Amino acid sequence: MSAVHRPLDPEAVAPPGVDRRSFVGYVLGGTTLVAAADLALGAEPAAAVPTVPQPAELYDLNDLLTDAARPTANLIRIELHEDGTASFALPRSENGQGVTTSTAMLIAEELDLPLDKVRVTLADARPELLFNQLTGGSNTTISTYTPVRVAAAVARGALLDAAAVLLGDEVAKLVAKGGIVQGPSGTASYGDLARAAASRTDRTVRVRLKDPSRFRVVGTGQGRVDARDAVTGRKTFATDLQVDGALPTMVCRAPTLNGEPRRLRNEAEVLALPGVTDVAVLPFGVAVRAETFGQCIDAVRAMKVDWRDGPVAGMSDDDVVRELRRAQLPLPALPNTPLSRTVETDVLCYFRSNSAMDTNSAIADVREDRAEIWSALKSPIAAQQRIAEVLGLPQDRVDVHVVQGGGSFGRRLFFDGALEAAQVSRAMGKPVKLMWHRADDARVGRGHPMCTSRVRAVVVGKKVVAFQQSHTSIETDYRHGLGELITATAASLPTGLGNLGFAETIFALTQEVPYDFGVVTQTLTETDDRFNTGSMRNIYSPDVRAAGELTVDKIATVVKEDPYEFRRRHLRDERTRAVLEKVAEVGDWGRAMPAGTAQGIAIHKEYKGASACLVELDCRDVQTGRDIRDGVGGPRVTRVTFAVDVGLPVNPRGLEAQMQGGIMDGIALALTSSMHLRDGHFLEASWDNYFYTRQWNVPPEVEVIVMPPTTGVPGGAGEAGVAASFAAVACAYARATGRSPSYFPVNHRDPVEFSVKPYVPPVPPSPVNGLKKIV
Amino acid sequence: MPKQTFRLNGRTVTVDVHPDVRVLWVLRDLLGVTGPKYGCGINVCKACTSHVNGRGFNPCAVRVGDLAADDEVTTIEGLAGTVDEDLHPMQQAWLDRDVAQCGYCQPGQIMAAVALVRKVRREQREIEDADLDSIRNICRCGTYVRIREAIEQGARAMA
Ligand code: FES
Ligand code: FES
Repeated sequence: MSAVHRPLDPEAVAPPGVDRRSFVGYVLGGTTLVAAADLALGAEPAAAVPTVPQPAELYDLNDLLTDAARPTANLIRIELHEDGTASFALPRSENGQGVTTSTAMLIAEELDLPLDKVRVTLADARPELLFNQLTGGSNTTISTYTPVRVAAAVARGALLDAAAVLLGDEVAKLVAKGGIVQGPSGTASYGDLARAAASRTDRTVRVRLKDPSRFRVVGTGQGRVDARDAVTGRKTFATDLQVDGALPTMVCRAPTLNGEPRRLRNEAEVLALPGVTDVAVLPFGVAVRAETFGQCIDAVRAMKVDWRDGPVAGMSDDDVVRELRRAQLPLPALPNTPLSRTVETDVLCYFRSNSAMDTNSAIADVREDRAEIWSALKSPIAAQQRIAEVLGLPQDRVDVHVVQGGGSFGRRLFFDGALEAAQVSRAMGKPVKLMWHRADDARVGRGHPMCTSRVRAVVVGKKVVAFQQSHTSIETDYRHGLGELITATAASLPTGLGNLGFAETIFALTQEVPYDFGVVTQTLTETDDRFNTGSMRNIYSPDVRAAGELTVDKIATVVKEDPYEFRRRHLRDERTRAVLEKVAEVGDWGRAMPAGTAQGIAIHKEYKGASACLVELDCRDVQTGRDIRDGVGGPRVTRVTFAVDVGLPVNPRGLEAQMQGGIMDGIALALTSSMHLRDGHFLEASWDNYFYTRQWNVPPEVEVIVMPPTTGVPGGAGEAGVAASFAAVACAYARATGRSPSYFPVNHRDPVEFSVKPYVPPVPPSPVNGLKKIV
Repeated sequence: MPKQTFRLNGRTVTVDVHPDVRVLWVLRDLLGVTGPKYGCGINVCKACTSHVNGRGFNPCAVRVGDLAADDEVTTIEGLAGTVDEDLHPMQQAWLDRDVAQCGYCQPGQIMAAVALVRKVRREQREIEDADLDSIRNICRCGTYVRIREAIEQGARAMA
């Protein structure tokens, strides 16, 4: 099978005479300069699809997300102000991934304005954008790269025109730099020109984008634009906002997952508690509003509620495992010759939580005829539609403000907090600031579904002739707008894909086996929609890749080759091979390691980029025997070398941070973090139950290498660090212990290291001994 | 309603609130001081870490009634004021290393870092790997590596 590459340089495929950097933009009417561009600009039409390569190689999730934007084109606008700053409301959501910074960099670049003069905020829900206001699939920079630059270039052009009039010089003789226009007759600042450059009417202009070889900002490492706010405590999240009358509000939830309240037996008693103002019984629980969240917690704990059991009452991990095993489709028959050898992998990945530090939260002010919502939302239009529907209001009577989120990891594709807040505000007739308790966010919040990933490969001599992977999962919920987007785009999907369900489509568009392994198939089967799931950071890829790379190591053993050399020889893609070679070289692949420790190496290809990870893992008693209070030590990753090629790194510094975060996720997925379902509810109710990577698990040495630009267009970054890291740790564990793991995380079946918090009341008491625990 | 008095970021504050309410909510919900974040409410995640009389503490686990009128509470908002600068050296180190991602845990991380440096200084030693390993603050964005680097830099710059 031959690899099919996308052209490396988009300009190289332009028909002769067509200028690939020339675009149409707009100057819009206004009192100061407003420049605009179509958000659907610059999306490369996807390549035609031959039959042999896997779909994701030719047309991946990002093509779908970008294509979905095309028919619903709309304008994004950059405004110039008299203080010399430019502002832009990004129709995406920022949860720490750094898109406000990278977008500000694109504007600063094309507008020739210092970075600190560019202000990027988050746009309210703009229903006219339809599918084009969804933050997911690491698609933000891929889809906004061209339109943002075009709008900035339009602004620059209009400023130069205005300066020519003001200074009496020809445009050709003017130079714009650092927010100042210089000409033979004098200078004018952008602030001076903001009004003069304004247009009374809308007009269309053609602009030419900067040649990437002249980039001064893009490609340089920049600190986050909101870093100072973050370190001084000024950065505000939903629960930090002060909205008139929006008092703290919390919900008392059922002792079984998704159970429903029948009635509150002691309403008067709860209402009489200090600070409490309102109580309301809703389908998802009993809400209480009070002067402080502390008093909400006390009230939730005081509630006596009759509950109706949730749909998985009585079920435990093993029941779900049995269900998954039953749903597994038989692997297709493989060529069977006397000389062939079969290599098999079968791994089970338990439920994992995508709970962020900032729990599900939202402010809602619902009145008779309108509603206003503030929340961190990655699909604000879907949120707006659904909230309008539930409240019985026209969609345009629901204002949805997108607030910065404290982490997402897929969680904020949904709007559970916002929807609940709207319902509570309606029921109480008052504004509310609703916040989920950590215990609920961990136990009831969405997570990554339990799944199995089976791989079978056939080796003849030294050649892999077939590689098949069958992934079986509890249903992943995509009912947050991505579903509608796929429906809307289905007609334009490559042959056959349009007929698949949402989940299968996502799977087919994200997964590929980048090795030359003969006949390759990857399939997905999903079952059971009773759990609260969603696409956790990098969706299927970490699990699929871990199972795949463990198999690659096994094949290498069978053919008696070094795992690195074997991968290198079989990779079909040059960029993936380059990152693999990079980590092997920088991370000293093959160096002698003491018994009980090992290196592991793995690759991943997705989001129009490639990554590779080399880890060293210590499984000796010195690490596993560590006594950590209320925590899990276990094997420790002692060194990580990670290389990533995203095509064009807009902000290498931000990218490095993203990769470091992905590495921490990968370590947790392999070694420590999972949810235990027991008797209809998850056990984990706190960060000392759910063991995401902590400082005592952090590798002492982490090196991230950002590869120089390869394609000239940016790929996705928000999730790219996870899959290769998880897979590399899994492979290192197998090599260090001599046992290829059959489930993840590897500690899931150990006795739980914490005492399980009660389910009634659903939230733990607030401690009082804090002054005795002073550091 | 009983009045609760304590010192906050250099000023004396008096709040009308039940003495049982935890300090975190007095700060956030009543005084609008939102630098200390909620991440668990049970002294686990350390997102609310602040200082009382210069030592690290978690206001989600302290009743406001248990604070004395002369107890000095410092939140991230008041940290720079303790050194009479725009930024405390630890905040500067955080900027230099570009530590924050979403930033939600970072006020707590910085306050915990300053408390940790002061603690090892009291023990007349310098920060070691084991001290860094002992930090319990969660960062779900996984900024741990840069946190470690920033603490070492910030410690060097702390008088
Ligand atoms: S909120 Fe105080 S320690 Fe988590
Ligand atoms: S920076 Fe997001 S939780 Fe730490």
